[in-house]
Amino acid sequence: MTEMTMIEAIRTALARAMDDDPDVILMGEDVGINGGVFRATDGLIQRFGASRVRDTPLSETAIAGVAVGAAVQGLRPVAEIQFMGFLYPAIDQLANHAARFRNRTRGRLTCPMVLRAPYGGGIGAPEHHSESMEAMLAHIPGLRVVSPSSPAKAYGLLLAAIRDPDPVVFLEPKRLYRAGSETVTDDGAALPLDTAFRLREGADLTIVGWGAMLSEVNEAADQLAGEGISAEVIDLATLKPYDRAMVRASVEKTGRCVIVHEAPLTAGFGAEIAADLAEHSLTSLLAPVHRVTGYDTVMPYPRLEAHYMPSTERILKAARAVMEFQ
Amino acid sequence: MPDPNVEMIRYLDADGTPVQDLPDFARQRDTLVDLYAAMVRTRAFDAKAVALQRTGRLGTYGSSLGQEAIGIGVASVMLAEDVFIPSFREHGAQMMRGVSMEELFLYWGGDERGNDFAAPLARRDFPVCVPVGSQFPQAAGVALALVQKGARGVAVAVAGDGATSKGDFYEAMNMVGVWQLPAVFVINNNQWAISLRRQDQTAAETLAQKSVAAGIPGVVVDGNDVIAVRQVTAQALSRARAGPGGTLIECVTYRLGDHTTSDDASRYREDEEVSPHWRQEPVLRLRNHLVAAHGWSKDEEEALLRESNDSVDKAAEVYLATQPDRPRAMFEHMFAQMPTELAQQAGDVADD
Repeated sequence: MTEMTMIEAIRTALARAMDDDPDVILMGEDVGINGGVFRATDGLIQRFGASRVRDTPLSETAIAGVAVGAAVQGLRPVAEIQFMGFLYPAIDQLANHAARFRNRTRGRLTCPMVLRAPYGGGIGAPEHHSESMEAMLAHIPGLRVVSPSSPAKAYGLLLAAIRDPDPVVFLEPKRLYRAGSETVTDDGAALPLDTAFRLREGADLTIVGWGAMLSEVNEAADQLAGEGISAEVIDLATLKPYDRAMVRASVEKTGRCVIVHEAPLTAGFGAEIAADLAEHSLTSLLAPVHRVTGYDTVMPYPRLEAHYMPSTERILKAARAVMEFQ
Repeated sequence: MPDPNVEMIRYLDADGTPVQDLPDFARQRDTLVDLYAAMVRTRAFDAKAVALQRTGRLGTYGSSLGQEAIGIGVASVMLAEDVFIPSFREHGAQMMRGVSMEELFLYWGGDERGNDFAAPLARRDFPVCVPVGSQFPQAAGVALALVQKGARGVAVAVAGDGATSKGDFYEAMNMVGVWQLPAVFVINNNQWAISLRRQDQTAAETLAQKSVAAGIPGVVVDGNDVIAVRQVTAQALSRARAGPGGTLIECVTYRLGDHTTSDDASRYREDEEVSPHWRQEPVLRLRNHLVAAHGWSKDEEEALLRESNDSVDKAAEVYLATQPDRPRAMFEHMFAQMPTELAQQAGDVADD
């Protein structure tokens, strides 16, 4: 058991996966000698060699495409896109190929790859470095989309993603990379995919979030507790396919739901959750479902970033609104 | 390797007369007859596929008419440990790799089972790549996997001239160059990307010269000369197997038919432009050579045509008699294990 930041937990999981399975290779820009721009792969080239920790040319389409081809041919590549804003050229390979090989060959060829990408804002990064586009990826049939909310989740979910026989996009909330640490046991135990985590039991309302937003969500839940409001907090962890049963059951218990995400409002992943609750849990709802999200604006540059990011205050406002709804 | 800007490799001229000493394999009658038979069979398959589409019994189909020498030349020297990563116009090569005509008809008839190749040789081969050029990065990945696993195989990808304008093509060649990967990229330069002429596709003098930017060798070969295609591919495969990496091969040919059955080439090119190319085409060229150099007889020709047409007709019958898959099959291969929500959606759809 060691205290680890999220970036350390990710590095530990990568090393564990490479120790366990010689077919696991890492590839991406600056992942080798530089250890990754966030140091996720620091020291791994020394430990596993340049043939398994591959610095790629600056070439997002080929990073994704090479990972697809290598996975179809029997490796377990873990490819890194340096920032999610640079992931767009990789979407062709993800949507048209990675997500489809098993289906279009009726199981003859499969694509067990992981595409890692740091995402989200809040660290004052330059433009194109702070986007949250998980909903675009979650819309692609055949892809799993996973985002951890803590070091231990990062460790267990990344191991699960690498061992999964199908493609997984692993979105790392970079705001949390060094935001705190927790005890992580490097025991090789994976956490389940397609399963949400109830971070806090509550009776009055359900707050659903994922990735970095869980920090604000937990803060809001603490403050609400001080006001006598008991919030249940659900960390979705796997966005596609997400744990509908847990969210429905929670909302059917509490009768109220606030969904929080950093990505823009319209056609964000919160819309899917709200629609599912409207279809399946309507009669349990005591108030309309509220979404607290980024805005339908281009991600602002650092000076205005704080005004874009869903804040604890905005979550509290939404929580109070659903509590006060008559 | 020859300079891709100046030299086009060719062994037979348009009449089938050797223009230089033939490689050893091309002096063997049996080998040439096998290549010829494979091209004839490909042409028969194309004709049947177009006929089926025209009568509403097959989906949109891209014929390889006039380009048969490329796939046949390439696939004829590939080994079991190699992996083929084709575009949608390389039916001949796919058949040579063991993909059955029934499977090809099924695929083009709109049935995913056509991609579940049964033949051991094709078991690791990719289904056709429809998003043009995106197979090249994958081919680099296949080559990487072959290297990592210590196999001696080579990744062989084919695409059309239009694909060379895509970033995917350059990014993949660049990766092959940097990592010295065992990959052979073949361009079927049939002069047309649907309606866009080769000279409007790129100002580059040859497509092969694009390899220079990636630091790998490029070769231009007469794509209507199956002997040349085979010889150049064999050299590229040996080079890749020996270690120093990949090669780009530009096969110069001509698309005698429409882009696909959904296309009408008369909208953008005149018959007068097309007709001279019928005198260059690969099947006639090799037949002329077989007749002149190896006494290929009229009886042999007729028997081959009969046999080819029969096998195509028989495969078409099997395809036409194949019932559509169970509707629920569309859910069953999305993931190794079907997620709960997908299982619920599958419940909407009949299971027979």
